[in-house]
Amino acid sequence: MSNKLNHSMSLAKPDAVDISNKQKVALAIGILGLFILALALFNTNFPNKGLFLTLSLGFIVIGTIIYSRDAYLTKLEGIKNDGVWFKSISSRGIWGWILGVILTAFYIVLYFYPQYLGLGKDGAENTGLISLFDPLSNLLSGRNASQWFVYGTLYTVAILAFGYKFILKYRHNRYQQLRTVSVMFFQLGFAFLIPEFMYVMNSDLPYYDLKSVWPLNYYIFDEWSVKAFLSNGNIGLGFLLFGIISIFVITPILTYKYGKRWYCSWVCGCGGLAETAGDSFRQLSSKKMSAWKLERWLIHTVLVFSVVMTVAMIYTYLGYDHNNFWLTKGLFISLVVGFLTLIFVGVMYFKRRELGKDAKYGAIGYFVVIALLVIMHFTGTSENVFFIKGSDLRSAYGIYIGSIFSGVIGTGFYPILGSRAWCRFGCPMAAILGFQQRLFSKFRITTNGGQCISCGNCSNSCEMGIDVRAYAQKGENIVRSSCVGCGICSAVCPRGVLKLENDTMEGRINPTEILLGNDVDLMDLVNKK
Amino acid sequence: MEHIVIIGNGISGVTAARHIRKLSDKQITIVSAETDYFFSRTALMYVYMGHMKFEHTQPYENWFWEKNRINLKKGYVKHIETKGKMLHFSDGGTLQYDKLIIATGSKPNKFGWPGQDLDGVMGMYHKQDLENLEIYAPNNKVCKRAVIVGGGLIGIELAEMLNSRNIPVTFLVREDSFWNGVLPEGESAMINRHIKNHHIDLRLGSNLKEIISDENGKAKSVIIQETGEEIACGVVGLTAGVSPNIDFIKNSDIETGRGVKVNRFLETNVQDIYAIGDCAEQHEGINGRRPVEAVWYTGRMMGETVAQTICGNRIQYNPGHWFNSAKFLDIEYQTYGWVFANPRENEAHFHWKHTDDTKCITVCYDTSTNTFLGINTFGIRMRHDIFDKWLTEGRDVNYVIEHLAEANFDPEFYKAYEADIYSAFKNELQTV
Repeated sequence: MSNKLNHSMSLAKPDAVDISNKQKVALAIGILGLFILALALFNTNFPNKGLFLTLSLGFIVIGTIIYSRDAYLTKLEGIKNDGVWFKSISSRGIWGWILGVILTAFYIVLYFYPQYLGLGKDGAENTGLISLFDPLSNLLSGRNASQWFVYGTLYTVAILAFGYKFILKYRHNRYQQLRTVSVMFFQLGFAFLIPEFMYVMNSDLPYYDLKSVWPLNYYIFDEWSVKAFLSNGNIGLGFLLFGIISIFVITPILTYKYGKRWYCSWVCGCGGLAETAGDSFRQLSSKKMSAWKLERWLIHTVLVFSVVMTVAMIYTYLGYDHNNFWLTKGLFISLVVGFLTLIFVGVMYFKRRELGKDAKYGAIGYFVVIALLVIMHFTGTSENVFFIKGSDLRSAYGIYIGSIFSGVIGTGFYPILGSRAWCRFGCPMAAILGFQQRLFSKFRITTNGGQCISCGNCSNSCEMGIDVRAYAQKGENIVRSSCVGCGICSAVCPRGVLKLENDTMEGRINPTEILLGNDVDLMDLVNKK
Repeated sequence: MEHIVIIGNGISGVTAARHIRKLSDKQITIVSAETDYFFSRTALMYVYMGHMKFEHTQPYENWFWEKNRINLKKGYVKHIETKGKMLHFSDGGTLQYDKLIIATGSKPNKFGWPGQDLDGVMGMYHKQDLENLEIYAPNNKVCKRAVIVGGGLIGIELAEMLNSRNIPVTFLVREDSFWNGVLPEGESAMINRHIKNHHIDLRLGSNLKEIISDENGKAKSVIIQETGEEIACGVVGLTAGVSPNIDFIKNSDIETGRGVKVNRFLETNVQDIYAIGDCAEQHEGINGRRPVEAVWYTGRMMGETVAQTICGNRIQYNPGHWFNSAKFLDIEYQTYGWVFANPRENEAHFHWKHTDDTKCITVCYDTSTNTFLGINTFGIRMRHDIFDKWLTEGRDVNYVIEHLAEANFDPEFYKAYEADIYSAFKNELQTV
């Protein structure tokens, strides 16, 4: 080995391949854009905020575009993962940790101390970073920016700029390109622009991102939200109904036909950020069996929490007397219990054998929810649920799940836990869609006979921490509730083993032990149980 | 309790161990000198390229072995004492067995080139080769050029690896077109162009004469046989195929040829000793296959088979239709059935190539019966189970071409080429 001192500042091990001069210029431009934001954060009062905001966001986008073009368009089409595990930022090196700390700090300030971002309290003028975004907010909706507007703008810029990068990275793969265009479209239109325009048309309507479905937007059935919808005539009622139809009708149909990917990888904003800005971190998710066990407990606990919390919230503002409103506390609880029982009995009847040991956990979950609801009904007053103030339960959920889990940990920890930590461990929507995907969906990832060489590229690139190889090397289809159908496992497979497919339900789950290519009699013999 | 000892922790040995455990309660020990745990050899390249870390190449977590009561022993077997059923290790230790499975895999071929054992000269097979490459070719400052000798699957993988670190590569290929002992002309020519598009200095029809040493016993250049040209380099990769890794058996009474000779039951000439995987040699090739097959999946299938035999259900090794796959830089390759470089007697090839020069197929069929015999596909993924079925059914080549869309395995929204292929096929038939 050479005794020469290593003069490079590279923190990669071994040295990652140097970036080109063009890429260095691109990085400098992007950092300049971020620097303007940083200056604003530290209360630099820019004279022409509109200009500086444009410069800042423009530099970030242009820097990313130049960098991506030089990184990918100078090479032939193909898989571009060289050095991913050497680069400090994408392999939990020092840059990864620094980025993680910065992101986490940003989320904590955003959720809990927006005044540090410059949010003007009680009608005061915005200052700092938030005031920098006032011109854009005024342009779109005629009001000053909030911390959420700043966040939404940066979020959208990130998805658009890194979405472009992702499209170039996978320019040989139309599935990847189309779904990326789709998340870029839904983020820009549905999450960012339409709600602003809706505000312009009717300022009393609550913020409503039409693509966001309960329980992801857990606040939609809150009293203030429902009241706001209902007090806005037909359009408000329409939105509320759409919210209900989304979860009970649209979602099940689409998930049945295409798997949960229609949402998680094509529509969802959390998924959109993970797939674009978070793409460099996808390989960091843990594939250990222990992580999978933790995942199953955690995500279903969040689901139970969100169901009970939502029911409790609605419950507290319903009346006892059906003369005031047809939906009373008693009727509502009966409907919920009836609906859950219907699902539970249906699943146990039709899918008992597929579930195997998991049926027990499903039953436990079901009875916990029912017990909680029944206890609630017989102990609750209009204010208290389980002797706790109903609104406290709601704000606990908002803080711990809505803010800390999905934001601080889910995104702040991208460089540590991988890009889909929230989707995997916390998202109650993903839990519901996953439950359906596992039991009632045509979607699966098909493995191609005996071609697998157990290389592990598929598992390595799975952002949801699925050990894809464990299935592929057995020739077994992958039917996992957590799979978001991003399709990267299929893309990186060097032997063409994996394909995302929608096909008949029959034979979808095929646990076999002997792979195609061997003696047919032996295959029968070993698969005989 | 019967003690099954397996030498070698590759795919063959590990598959045998797993299936023996499934079928029985026997005591199982896997011996390896290479690594503590099973890893996927074919994935070593991705470790050097930074796509994965070494631990990601291990298909089972470390707790798996203890949980399944499979003992792992690190050690190098020096000698097998067949009479006393005893293994002797290089460190002097011994291990008693009741039944022995030899699954020691392959080693890179060396053809007696001068300088072939210098420092900086390596194959790309063992984990130790990867460690060596990391020493001699960590980047393009330490290694200003690499020379690869041997144009096969490992050679092109090594070229891709070095390319990923921007190390210039000179690729010496003995044949006048890449891997044309296996690939038909059109395919081989397309891969030649693809290699060059990756800025790899491909030298066809070039043999290695010798490797020149520097004053420290490290390779500093190679000389090409045909031209006498000297090429300075930091690393020489020897990738001219592999052969069974059985030197330690040669002085025992186990019969060997190129590999360990086995019958269809994978039994050697010595009772209770079996051989599987790359190191096993059939007395005669099965169904047109070679007697020694250094392929990932055949190792796995032999492991599955021998486990049955050892657990009381004596069964023949009986592989199905030939298939295989590989990746040449960015172009994936799959093959089902038999397509030889040149059509044999009563055979013809239908070749289709896309204008972008990264996709093509070659279909081989019998000219007298029109029976479909096999397909090579580049840049288009196809379904194993469909071709396996068509081969078993002895489908007509027209049927196969007409129904090719059923066999497509490309990701959703990919452009389909079946219509192009179909019309090209019809045109060719009309002109003939």
